[in-house]
Amino acid sequence: MALLSLRSVSKSFGALKVTDDVSFDLQPGEALGIIGPNGAGKSTLFNLITGNLRPDAGQILLDGRDVSADSVMARCAAGIGRSFQIPQPFGHLSVYENLLVAARFGGGLAAAEAPEFCMDILRRTGLAGVADSPAGGLPLLSRKRLELARAMATRPRVLLLDEIAGGLTDAECVELVATIRAIHAEGTAIVWIEHVLHALNSVVNRLIVLNFGRLLMVGDVKTVMNSAEVREIYLGAEV
Amino acid sequence: MMKTSFPAYRPLALAVLCAAALALVPLIGPRAVVQDLFGILCLLVLALNWNMLAGFAGLVSVGQQAFVGIGAYTMFAAVILFGLDPLAGVLLGGLVAMALAVPVACFVFRLNGAYFAIGTWVAAEIARLGLGQWKALGGGTGTSLPKGTTRDMLGVGPVKEWLGVSSAAASDILLYWLALGLVLVTLGVSWAFLRSRMGLGLQAIRDNAMAARAVGVDPVRLKALVFLLTAFGTGLCGGLLFIQITRITPDAAFSLLDWTAFVLFVVVIGGIGTLPGPIVGVVVFYALERLLSDYGSAYLIVLGLFGIAVMLFARRGLWGSLSGRTGLELLPLGHRAPASASAVRP
Ligand SMILES: Nc1ncnc2c1ncn2[C@@H]1O[C@H](COP(=O)(O)OP(=O)(O)OP(=O)(O)O)[C@@H](O)[C@H]1O
Ligand SMILES: [Mg+2]
Repeated sequence: MALLSLRSVSKSFGALKVTDDVSFDLQPGEALGIIGPNGAGKSTLFNLITGNLRPDAGQILLDGRDVSADSVMARCAAGIGRSFQIPQPFGHLSVYENLLVAARFGGGLAAAEAPEFCMDILRRTGLAGVADSPAGGLPLLSRKRLELARAMATRPRVLLLDEIAGGLTDAECVELVATIRAIHAEGTAIVWIEHVLHALNSVVNRLIVLNFGRLLMVGDVKTVMNSAEVREIYLGAEV
Repeated sequence: MMKTSFPAYRPLALAVLCAAALALVPLIGPRAVVQDLFGILCLLVLALNWNMLAGFAGLVSVGQQAFVGIGAYTMFAAVILFGLDPLAGVLLGGLVAMALAVPVACFVFRLNGAYFAIGTWVAAEIARLGLGQWKALGGGTGTSLPKGTTRDMLGVGPVKEWLGVSSAAASDILLYWLALGLVLVTLGVSWAFLRSRMGLGLQAIRDNAMAARAVGVDPVRLKALVFLLTAFGTGLCGGLLFIQITRITPDAAFSLLDWTAFVLFVVVIGGIGTLPGPIVGVVVFYALERLLSDYGSAYLIVLGLFGIAVMLFARRGLWGSLSGRTGLELLPLGHRAPASASAVRP
């Protein structure tokens, strides 16, 4: 059974149809990329999956169960973890506490297990050195890492990453990709929205192309990247 | 900025020392001082509760006098209508306040920001007007505790015998000790709560509610919990206060000035959203009150000006500013990473 399914999901903001009859399945452990131009409705799709937005029509299924009416918290507990496109740290809490909240609530870990679990993630994401620093003072790269680390601390079965490689240098990007690959290799399903295509394509097996809220194309990386429509959209981009 | 904090035992030792010194006051101080300090300790209990509510849960209520009044009226009802001991009435007062906080929460939690504040005030006014209709407790003009109520109160006898004082003095001393105990318990419970999983969730909500929900924290649930718990503490305090006051009217029991405005002042000048803040605030309040007590209503004006000055020049309150400037932390709420990994610092 698919881990996550969208069935004819639509969402409008006023007259603007931002998500238009989108359907797809995500298998357990799969890595799926979402691409599309700015304003195509990619982040909106994530907000619909996490419950920050309610669809106007259609269903969102997790393990075949309709979660469309569930709260953000319930969906997190059920295994949906997400990173925000614009990092949203708990600024006055330390980096470690940012993860501790996620592990104790969404991750459902007990007080005894949580600290080592969080430290493990901090080490893997290269944040162990700033564990006790306030999260509000972190530079961009660390904020992006914290988004990833905090989402991991909720122990997701599917991890939604929103442009987590955007704005990083090539070297930083390589490191981040290695981390994401490792997470995927452990069996966590990943849905990754990304404009940095070389980073994305080194992790995902399948791509979804969104344009004006519509699902333009689904397929394996090679087919999608070679299609004329996608080339047109990304004309001059780093295809 | 590095935060330095005392080793955990230091604030504890300091707290024990202060508590012990305060506990000894009735043995040496005159009765008027004991009565005065009783009022101040109750103000501190209210301030600690309001600080949890507004400072940590972000619920800026200006209707907490509702729960003082409900606690007080429940205590009176327990004594006059059911012949219970006033201290049992205090406990009931806390419970009834908490129970009534449920429907109040259902109403005010639909509102945000300023509307929430107004909603809590409206709820308090409804409670005041409602209890003013209760003829058995004197209606709008109020009533007094029956003669001898405090003299026969649980625990007054032993205190009287032990210290060799009059019944009236013994009841004052007992109430004083109970208020001190309530301060310590409230402080301890607040600290434990804020250090717990739920407290961590509250601090996350305070920083970023959307991100908190995304990691599984339910803001409404946590805030509702704080609302109920502080209603309990505030109700207890209301009951205790009116044993000493001995006379109740709806206007006195639901006084916005006494049970909310002064409380707000104490928390804001001390440092909202910090645990030691209300303590610092209440000390300053007491000092100002003593200094200015001869000047009548000018006293309120000076108090107001002082509050404005603190808000302008020390926005985080006296304790918040001091702690921000020196890095000093009493009662720290943070969770440190396990030692193994934090050896490397940025
Ligand atoms: N809450 C909202 N209210 C109104 N319009 C919105 C809202 N959120 C998004 N939009 C609009 O919906 C469209 C899609 O936005 P979305 O953030 O999903 O795009 P995106 O594909 O993630 O773009 P980007 O690559 O720039 O992140 C945009 O035109 C945006 O302005
Ligand atoms: Mg986006």
